[in-house]
Amino acid sequence: MATDDVKLIGSWASVFVMRARIALHLKSISYEFLQETFGSKSELLLKSNPVHKKMPVLIHADKPVCESNIIVQYIDEAWTSSGPSILPSHPYDRAIARFWAAYIDDQWFISLRSILTAQGEEEKNAAIAQVEERTEILEKAFIDCSKGKPFFNGDHIGYLDIALGSFLGWWRVVELDANHKFLDETKAPSLAKWAERFCDDPAVKPIMPEITKLAEFARKLFPKPQA
Amino acid sequence: MANEVILLDFWPSMFGMRTRIALREKGVEFEYREEDLRNKSPLLLQMNPIHKKIPVLIHNGKPVNESVIQVQYIDEVWSHKNPILPSDPYQRAQARFWADFIDKKLYEAQRKVWATKGEEQEAGKKDFIEILKTLESELGDKPYFGGDDFGYVDIALIGFYTWFPAYEKFANFSTESEVPKLIAWVRKCLQRESVAKSLPDPEKVTEFVSELRKKFVPE
Repeated sequence: MATDDVKLIGSWASVFVMRARIALHLKSISYEFLQETFGSKSELLLKSNPVHKKMPVLIHADKPVCESNIIVQYIDEAWTSSGPSILPSHPYDRAIARFWAAYIDDQWFISLRSILTAQGEEEKNAAIAQVEERTEILEKAFIDCSKGKPFFNGDHIGYLDIALGSFLGWWRVVELDANHKFLDETKAPSLAKWAERFCDDPAVKPIMPEITKLAEFARKLFPKPQA
Repeated sequence: MANEVILLDFWPSMFGMRTRIALREKGVEFEYREEDLRNKSPLLLQMNPIHKKIPVLIHNGKPVNESVIQVQYIDEVWSHKNPILPSDPYQRAQARFWADFIDKKLYEAQRKVWATKGEEQEAGKKDFIEILKTLESELGDKPYFGGDDFGYVDIALIGFYTWFPAYEKFANFSTESEVPKLIAWVRKCLQRESVAKSLPDPEKVTEFVSELRKKFVPE
C-alpha cells in the first residue's frame, strides 16, 4: 500500500490514537502520521470527523474512519491478509473481547481519569478505590480470556490487549501523580506481567510514549489548582 | 449440539428490541424471558455480574452481554441469511460508527426528555431533536441507513421509536414535524416482520414511561 493512501490524524500522547497506531504496526501498514497541535483542531480533523471532532481519524484512500475501537476493527478487516488477526476468530471470543473493551472505555477509563480531575483528597481517594476495584475485575478478565497464554488474545497481542495496553503510559502517570501503585505484583499479578510483555512487543515499543514526557503533558492538560 | 437460545429482557427496553429483531431476522428460535428489574433473577445476576442489566443473550449456556455486541454475535454465528452488517470493511466501520453515535448521544438526550422538567428538559429536548436531525441527514434519501438493505444501524435505532409518543407527550413536540424523513423510515421498518413482532405497542410504552416519570419528576 502506498504511504499516501493511509493517514492517521492524532497525537503522540493520546491513548486512543495509540490503539490505531499499534494496529497499523501489527499489519505493517505505512501511514502518514498527522499530529494535531495541542489546543487547536485542524481543518482536516474537523472535516473528517464533523460529528465528534475528535482524534484519532484514520483516512484510507480519502475515506475517514472514526472512533479508536472501530478503526482497529477496520484495520483488521481491510488488511486481512497482512499480519496476525487482531480480533479473535471465534464469534464468542469476539463478543467477550468487545465486552471488555467497552467496559474499559465506559467504566475503567472514566474512574482512572477521575483521579486526575479530582478536587481534593476525598474525591481522589474515592476515585483510587474505584480504580482498584475495577482493576481487580480486569485481572480476573485477563485470567479468563488468556487461558494461560501471554496475552488477552492468546499467543499474540490483539483487540483487547490493544484496548487496555494503550492506557499503560497514562496509567503509570496516574500512579506517580496519586502516589499509588495499581499494577502491583500482589494486587494484580497477571496484569502486571502482561503489561511488561505488552510494552515489550515490537508493535508497541517504538510508539509507547516516554513517561516523563507524558507526565509533563499531563500537567499541562490537568493543571493543579494553585495552593 | 442443539442451539439453545434464551433472551433475558424487559419489554419496553429499546436495547432488548435490538436483540429480538436480530434473532428474528436470522430465524433463530429463542426463549424470551421477561425480567422484573426491581427483582432481578438469579440467572440474570449470574450471567451479567458486571452490569446486572438486560438484555442478556444466553447461547448454549454462555452469556453475551450488551445489545450491540449481541447483534454482531448473532450476525456472525447465524451468517447464512439476512446479513446485518455489510460485507465491505468501510461500510461496516460506518455502521459501527452510527450505532455507537446512537448509544453515546441519543440515549442520554432522550432520558432528559422524559425524566426531567423545566430548563433541563428543554435543553434535553433541543439536544434530542438535533441528534434525530443528524441521523435523518445521515439516512438521506436511502431506504435504510446502510442503503438498500435493512441492517445494523436500523436495528440499533428503530426501538427508540416506541418511546417517541412518550417524549412528545412530556416535552410537547412532534417528531413527525421535526424529522419527517426519519418517520417515513420508521414506517418502512415496521413493515418488516422481525420488527413488527419485536416492538411493543407505543401506547403501552407511554403508559409505562408515565409511571416511571413520576419517580423522577414528582408532580
